[in-house]
This record gives sequence, structure tokens and C-alpha cells, in this order.
Amino acid sequence: MRKYIGISVILILMALLAGCSKKDGEKVYVYNWGEYIDEETIKLFEKETGITVVYEEFEQNEDMYPKVQSGAVSYDVVCPSDYMIQKMIENDLLYEPNFDNIPNIKYIDKSYLESAEEYDPGNKYSVPYCWGTLGILYNTTMVDETIDSWGVLFDEKYSGEILMIDSVRDAFAIALQYLGYDLNSTNETELEEAKALLQKQYPLVQAYVVDQVRDKMIGGEAAIGVIYSGEAIYTSRENPDLEYVVPKEGSNVWIDGWVIPKNSKNKENAEAFINFMSKPEIALMNFDYITYSTPNSGAWELIEDEEIKNSPVAFPPQDVLDRCTAFRYLGEEMEATYIQKWNEVKGE
Amino acid sequence: MKISNLLNIKTPRSPIQKTGVNSLGIRNAKWLSFPYILWMAGFIIIPLIVILYYGMTTNDNNLTMDNIATILNPINLRALRLALELSIISTVICLLLAYPLALILDKSKMKSNSFIVMIIILPMWMNFLLRTIAWQNILERTGIINTVLKFFKLPMLNIINTPSAIILGMVYNFLPFMVLPIYNVLIKIDKDIVNAARDLGANSRQTFLKIILPLSLPGVISGITMVFVPSLTTFVISNILGGSKIVLIGNVIEQQFRIGNWHTGSGLSLVLMIFILISMAILSKYDKESEGSNLW
Repeated sequence: MRKYIGISVILILMALLAGCSKKDGEKVYVYNWGEYIDEETIKLFEKETGITVVYEEFEQNEDMYPKVQSGAVSYDVVCPSDYMIQKMIENDLLYEPNFDNIPNIKYIDKSYLESAEEYDPGNKYSVPYCWGTLGILYNTTMVDETIDSWGVLFDEKYSGEILMIDSVRDAFAIALQYLGYDLNSTNETELEEAKALLQKQYPLVQAYVVDQVRDKMIGGEAAIGVIYSGEAIYTSRENPDLEYVVPKEGSNVWIDGWVIPKNSKNKENAEAFINFMSKPEIALMNFDYITYSTPNSGAWELIEDEEIKNSPVAFPPQDVLDRCTAFRYLGEEMEATYIQKWNEVKGE
Repeated sequence: MKISNLLNIKTPRSPIQKTGVNSLGIRNAKWLSFPYILWMAGFIIIPLIVILYYGMTTNDNNLTMDNIATILNPINLRALRLALELSIISTVICLLLAYPLALILDKSKMKSNSFIVMIIILPMWMNFLLRTIAWQNILERTGIINTVLKFFKLPMLNIINTPSAIILGMVYNFLPFMVLPIYNVLIKIDKDIVNAARDLGANSRQTFLKIILPLSLPGVISGITMVFVPSLTTFVISNILGGSKIVLIGNVIEQQFRIGNWHTGSGLSLVLMIFILISMAILSKYDKESEGSNLW
């Protein structure tokens, strides 16, 4: 008797699973960064289209990649950063969406689409969602000079007052640009020099952080921190003493974009989702909520607060953008070299 | 060492068990262990095999020792040495704090004992991660301790982002795992044995060294294992309280997995497992020596 119960349970479960996959036609599996959307927009999307959104979050590009690659879960829409999109294109993981189904791409500003060509030539695979720069956040009450250079991060005067970014590519980008090199450098001597500089910086650093920099700077724990521009709007709201600057040596400009993995099962729903997120009103809602700059010119037009609309942090002037470079994917071997050198810095 | 030793759940054999009939009256109740065996296979044995597989293969599924050999990389060796140092120091501190406490708890015949034991366990009702983040807020420069010190114009305490903060975090988080097994063993020591020793002329120092200490060794050993192993492998405490400036072997492994390099991560995990097995082998040797005078 027990055997039959077991078998019938398995049969029922299989029937349920089969039922699920049948209903898949009305679903879209979205995989995005943590806290990177206004959840209200998802509800609006579901209401308008009748498609159910299954929403999941990741913390780093590197967490997302193996999951999409292995196909353990077939996501329909993913939001990686520039160099990761390039890596996915090179490894043939992405589907070329039908842009007839994404007419709202017309709202994405031409200049951002142009920048996106750096990692997605011809804009064939991705639709920009958010973008920003890397820069220095400093506390005006704890610093008595004008900060405009990465140099302060290597200045002994600020020993123990520096929060360095705990992310390989970003950390090397800072060192390379301070030395006057390209942040996508693959030149061994340049990388060695950058490593030596970061090693010299190690004793001056209070802590290596990524997300924590926000709260630590708001609390006045350190004078100088490295931060993404999107967070800077939030921090200056919380603590008016904090100022953000993109150093004169140049910096990294990054774009996160929507892409559709090749193994997606609901490509049309995915296109509908991307199209919906590119609507000016929806992009504005997301911008208000997450404060990361939007490449959507339609949304920018709609911003009511003049101060935000003309904020040099959220929407930096052209001369700032001109000195910023996007990351390129450097290949597996170079990735390993970077990590090895970064470990040598931190293993001090 | 048996798992039952670790957790100190030796129960006296009752005559009923010897006949193979338990209180439920079911003959041969071996099948009761089935859920645990299933659990063990699914969540301990199979993952171990997977780690072994990843640790000894390359991306193209070729057999290799390179992943394990990455431990010889000077940075990884340094991380391993530092992790060993910090976890040994924390274990010793835990032992020095826990043993006297357990003795006092055992000696005092007050009813408050269970209350004190509860106080020790109470923090564990809150998540480990939250408690560690709380320590960060306490130790920070603008944290609670320093704000108070500053108010009284006292010198600041600067241990956040140093190895000392990590040791503090380890001791704080793992101390209950040292206190409880020692206390459990101490309360079960037959007081008549202690009285007999005193009757036969042993002074209190002799009684402690020759009777109580040897009898409590099983508890000490499970305590050491349960503090040393998690301290050696931690990456959260070193990340939060060390400001990511101090890289322990746990951090190296975590980073390898995070960047998707499962092979190297597994290889390093295997090395770490060897260290844990060595420490457990040494400890179980002592455990066996004390078995002759076992109290159960």
C-alpha cells in the first residue's frame, strides 16, 4: 500500500510540474541586481500585460554569470554590466531580441547607445537600463582642500581615513588612471606599477568595502570613500556634508543593460518587459526609487525637481563623461591575472 | 571521533536497549535512523564527493593536482597561516574563559544555574551575522565604545579592521560552544569520586589536576573542536570586523567560488579539510586516553 502512496505522490508532483510549464506562456523570469527596481513597476507591468513576473536578484555580475551559463534556471531577462554583457556575447549566451517589439528604445538617449557600442557593437543584444560613474565621495568637514584627483586615495595625510573599493576591476581602474594608463590595460608592466601603487596604499586604507561605504560615509566613519555615482545622490540626501566628484584623471563609466539569454523560454514576454521598462514614466519611477542615473531621455524630460534634473552627479556634463571610459571584458586569462595581483595587494 | 562524542550525547545504556526493544516496544528499530542516513548522504556525503571531484579536476574534466597545489602560492599560504594563528588564539582564549566559568557554574549549587546557562545561550537566538555586524557598530570609530570614550576624553579604542577585532568576533561568537560541553561534562562527574579523593588526602589542587581535569577532558575536547573548526574556516567575521583588509584562508576560498572558479575553491577546501582532520585526529587520541576513566 505504502508503495502506491509513494508512486501517486510522485505522479501528482509531476502533474503539478507539467501544469507549471504549461502556464509558462504567461510568465517572465527576471534576474536583476539587488534593490535595483521600484517593485511598483513590476506590478504595473503585470496589470498591463497579464504576464506574471518571477523576480530574482543577484549581488555581483560574477554571481549571475555561472547561473545563466549553466542554464540551471532559464531566465528571460537579465541585467548585467557592460563588460559582462560583452563576455556573454563572446560566449554566445545571448539572444538577439526583435527590436520591433521594443519600440521604446527610441527613448534611450543616442549618446548612451553609442557608449554601449563599446561592449555591444551595433546595439544588437542589450538595452541600457541604468548607468553611472565611479568617483570619490568625501566629507567636507573632514577635508580642507579641493578634492579632484585620485591622488588623495594615495596620500599619507589621509591614513586611516580612506575607504577603498573592494572590487578588482574598479580598484585597478583607479590606480591605472592615476598613473595615466588605460583602465582596460593588459600591459604587464602597467599592471605591475598599478599593483605597486595599491600595495603602497594598503596601510593607509581603513577598510575595503563595496555596499558598506554608503553607511560608513553617512556616519562619518571616514573622510574619503570610493563610490558609484548612483549611491552618491542617496548619501548626500542623508548627510549634506558629503560631496561626490569624478576625478580629473578620468574614471569608469558603466552601463547596466537588459539582455535576453539564449536559453530563455519566453522571449516575447522578455521583449515586452524590456519595452515596458524603457517607457519614460516607468524609467522615471525607477530612477526616483533607486537614484541610479537613467539613460532614458524621455524620463529625464519628466523629472520635476530642477536640482536633480541638472545634478552633475546624476547627469554629469559632457566634459566629465569625455574623460570616463567603460570597462571591456579582457578574457579569462587576464581576469585571472587581475585577481592574482589584487590578492597580492590584499595578502600584504 | 564519533559524532556523539562531539555533541556529548552519550547516554547510559539501559537494559531495555540491550534486548533490542525500545520504549515504543518495536523490535529492531534500526529503520528509525533512516531519515538521518538519508540526510547525511544527501547533505554531507554527496557534497563532499562533489568537492573532491571539483578539487581534483580542471574545467575540461581532466584529473589534476593543480587546484590543491594553489595552496603553495605564497599569498594563500600566508592566509592559511594567519587563519591558523587567529583560530588557535581564539580557541585558547575561549578555553581560558569557559573552563573557570563552567567550574563556577558546577560548584555553585544555586538554582540560578539554568538561568546563567540560558544567558549564555540567549545571544544565539539572534542571527550570527547580525551580531557580528553589531560588533562592527560597537567597535567603529564613531561606534558606541569610542563615542563614550570620547565623551570622557579618554583615548580611543582602535581595534576595528585589525586581527584583534577578528579574534574578538570569533571568541564572542563561539564561546557558548566551549562553555556548554565542558559544563555538561562537569555536572555529570560523580561527586562521590571527588569526595573520595578528598578523603584519601588529596588537596584541592590535586583533586582538580588528578580527578576533575582528566574526567572533564571529553568536554574540553569537543569544545576545542567546535570552536577551532568554525574559526579556521570563517570568512564572514574577517570580512565584517577586518574590513576586508585581513585575508584568511576562508576569504580566499569564498572569493574563488564567487568568481565562479569552483575548481580552485574546492581544491583549497580540501587542503583545509586535511587540517581539520589532523586536528580532530590529535584530539581524538587524547580523548581515547581519557576513555579508561570514563564516567559513563
